[in-house]
Formats: sequence, C-alpha cells, structure tokens
Amino acid sequence: MTKVTMTVNGKSRSAEAEGRTLLVDWLREGLRLTGTHVGCDTTQCGACIVHLNGEPVKACSVLAQEVDGAEVTTIEGVAGADGTLSTVQQAFQDYHGLQCGFCTPGMVMAATSLLKENPRPSEAEVRHYLEGNICRCTGYHNIVKAVMAASGQDVPAVAAE
Amino acid sequence: MYDFELVRPTNLQEAIEALQAEDAQALGGGQTLLPTMKARLAMADRLVALSGIAEIKGICTDDNGRICIGGGTTHAAVQSGCAETFPALASLAGRIGDPAVRNRGTIGGSLANNDPSACYPAAALACNATIVTQNREIPADEYFLGMFTTALEEGEIVTEVKFPVPQAAHYEKFIQPASRFPLVAVFVARYADGVRVAVTGASSDGVFRWGEAEAALSADFSEDAARGLTAPDAGGMISDLHGDGAYRAHLVKVMCARAVKACL
Ligand SMILES: Cc1cc2nc3c(=O)[nH]c(=O)nc-3n(C[C@H](O)[C@H](O)[C@H](O)COP(=O)(O)OP(=O)(O)OC[C@H]3O[C@@H](n4cnc5c(N)ncnc54)[C@H](O)[C@@H]3O)c2cc1C
Ligand code: FES
Ligand code: FES
Repeated sequence: MTKVTMTVNGKSRSAEAEGRTLLVDWLREGLRLTGTHVGCDTTQCGACIVHLNGEPVKACSVLAQEVDGAEVTTIEGVAGADGTLSTVQQAFQDYHGLQCGFCTPGMVMAATSLLKENPRPSEAEVRHYLEGNICRCTGYHNIVKAVMAASGQDVPAVAAE
Repeated sequence: MYDFELVRPTNLQEAIEALQAEDAQALGGGQTLLPTMKARLAMADRLVALSGIAEIKGICTDDNGRICIGGGTTHAAVQSGCAETFPALASLAGRIGDPAVRNRGTIGGSLANNDPSACYPAAALACNATIVTQNREIPADEYFLGMFTTALEEGEIVTEVKFPVPQAAHYEKFIQPASRFPLVAVFVARYADGVRVAVTGASSDGVFRWGEAEAALSADFSEDAARGLTAPDAGGMISDLHGDGAYRAHLVKVMCARAVKACL
C-alpha cells in the first residue's frame, strides 16, 4: 500500500492505494465519495467519469497511484458550496434528464466538459459527445434536451416527444 | 484484477530499465490493458506507466515534412494537434471511442496492441508510417504481423510514429455502435507515386493492404474506379454476431469507395 494524495474538489485528500487500485475505488472507498458510480467492467458505460486535471476520464480505467498529485473533480464538487446546483445539474432536473439516476453523475461530468469546450453545441454534437455515456432508462432525448437547455439554447419544455 | 507493482518513470531510460524485469509490461493510456486486466485476461508483476515521460509525447514536423507523433500522445492530442497538418488523421483520432477514452488512450498503445479492429493501424499502414522504438525504426509494411501481433520485441517501447503526409486522404469508419470500434474501416492515402489502401476490422489476420484497390486507384483515382472493384475474398474475413465474412467483405468495398469520394 502506498499513500496517494490528490486535490479532490479543491481540497487535498489522501488515502492508501495498491498498485491495482483504480481511481474510482480510491474515490469511493478511500474517500467515501460515492457519487461517482461503477456501471460496467469494460470501460464502456461512462458512469464513472470524473475530471482529471480538467479533462473527463473514466475513473474505472485509471490507476490511483499513476495520478498521485493530480487534481480531480467529482460530481460532489460540481454544485456550489451552499448546495446550489450547477447549470447542467439544474437543467437535468428541469428537463427530466434522469430516471433511476445511475448514469447521471457521469452524464453531468461529461456534459459539463462538453459545454466548456463547445458552449453552444448542436444537438448532433451533444449526441456525439455523450456516446461514451450509457443510460438504461431515459432513451437519451431528455438528456440531450437538458444539455441544450444548459447551453442557453431553446428547447421545448415537454418531457418527451 | 490481480495486484502488481506500479512504476512511474519520468524519462525513457528509466522506463526501458524498469521493463527489463520479468513479467513487466508497459502501461500506455490503459484503455485496453486495464479492462483486460480487470477481466483477468491479462496479468503482470509490474506495470511501467509511460504517462509521465514528456519526451514521448507531442507532435512535430521533421525536415522531410513527416508528421512525428510521440508514442505517448493521446488520441485527443492528435485530434487537436493534427487538425491543420493532417486532417484525415485528426479525424480518425477524434472518432476513436469517446472523449474520455481519447483523453487517456495513446497512439503507441493502439499500435502496440494491434487489435484487428483498431483505427490507427489502418492509418499507419496506408501511409507506410515509420514506427520508432528505442532500438530501431520499423516501416509499417513490416510491423503488423497479424491479429494482436507486431514486430515489437519484449521491452520495446513505441516512442514515435512518423507519417509522410498524403496529398489526399480519408478514413471511412463503419462503426459497431456497441463497442465504438469499426465494424470495418478503410484508410485511403494518395501520394505522388501511388495510392495506398489499408483495411481494418475485416480480416482475421488484422489490418491489411488491399492490393487490387491500390492498383485500380493508382491508375484512376475516382469513385467509379472504386465502385468497379470486386470485393475482397470473404474467406479470411472475421465472422461474428455483428456481421459475417461476406458482409464485411462487401463493406470493405463500400467504405473504400466512400473514402475515395471524400478525398475528391
Ligand atoms: C469504450 C472504448 C472504445 C474504444 N474505441 C476504439 C476505437 O473506436 N478505435 C480504436 O482504435 N480503439 C478504440 N479503443 C481502444 C483505445 O484506442 C485504446 O486507447 C488503445 O487501443 C490502447 O492504447 P492505450 O494507450 O490505452 O494502451 P494500453 O491499454 O495502456 O496498452 C495496450 C497495450 O499496448 C502496450 N503499450 C502501451 N503503450 C505502449 C508503447 N508506447 N510502446 C509499446 N507498448 C505499449 C501495453 O503494454 C499493452 O499491451 C476503445 C477503447 C474503449 C475502452
Ligand atoms: S464504470 Fe467506468 S466506464 Fe463503466
Ligand atoms: S437514468 Fe437510469 S441509467 Fe440513466
């Protein structure tokens, strides 16, 4: 075991890690930050997406020791200190962009990165960017609407067409 | 995943030395190796992370006009860094997997792995890129030796890949949406001295050059010439639940024609 320290959601945090400890397990078990989810064993679902040094990555496919010293933002660090939801989180609520909520942390982290890179994406760009995020519930339409709304673009405020 | 020791060298020499140990393996972006190890389909006593080695990252142009990409350069960095200088390669990189995979996965890892459905092998072979290691330079024509097999020797690290830039090029990928890999994809590269066509996703021997298409397109670089080709033999093609060999063979021809059309 080795002590690994990262800046997580703005604070320096430490926990032990084996060579094989994945970033997602270090966050969930080491720091008890369980908002980041594990939805698959195959690096395909995106439920575990966090921002590593500002970029979205799948925390289930990064080794904790490898990124010792990095800066990480998880879903717990997205809302304001007083609990005010971020624009993307609020839009997911307003447009019913979730049902069971399992994929939502990854969706919000990915969508937040998209809007940072591309503040006014087209619907096609939203769908393309979120290709690595799998949702078993919503059918994606309301997720896409939420992201469009979060980018300040007009979206019909109906739950589903 | 079975446990292992993780080593984080900060320069190439340290990495080369760390890889001398028994059962040591390089870790690129981990986007293939870690899922494989999680499934216990692979194990190692020691992983040597290449991500801390600045000298094998980045993109530049050499005196011969070749685009030189460090082996540890991520797909995302190629997507943005080659957008002006080699748009066909940037576009290929930008369609690998998804944004999170592209932020970790590297060109060296993709070429070392040589998955029969991977994207970069098609570009490297179509351009006869040079694969550089700490020991030698290997032309792509001599590098790909069959599914998951390359000319790399134990402990050899892909440090750089050099691409002669084609006059025109396009990568046409027919995506297998569940895996995000190509079902079949074709890279067409046109040079002053002829056209090269490389196919991935189709053959059970991995990436290959389609000789008939190269001959026809070198004589007449047109969509009609591509459409007039006979699809390659379905015999050696991958057959699985996503598509049988005949379907893949047909797709090779269609993807090639689309790629040519996009070049014109
Ligand atoms: C959801 C998903 C979708 C994907 N879609 C695609 C796709 O559409 N097209 C595609 O081509 N790929 C795809 N991939 C694979 C991805 O491109 C991987 O990044 C790539 O195949 C391996 O690169 P890596 O840097 O992650 O290598 P790793 O996984 O770290 O390593 C792979 C192998 O290469 C070796 N290795 C790594 N770097 C080097 C080096 N510099 N020198 C020598 N050996 C090295 C390792 O020891 C290991 O054997 C996908 C992966 C995922 C998870
Ligand atoms: S848990 Fe990371 S991609 Fe599914
Ligand atoms: S809301 Fe249930 S998986 Fe997306």
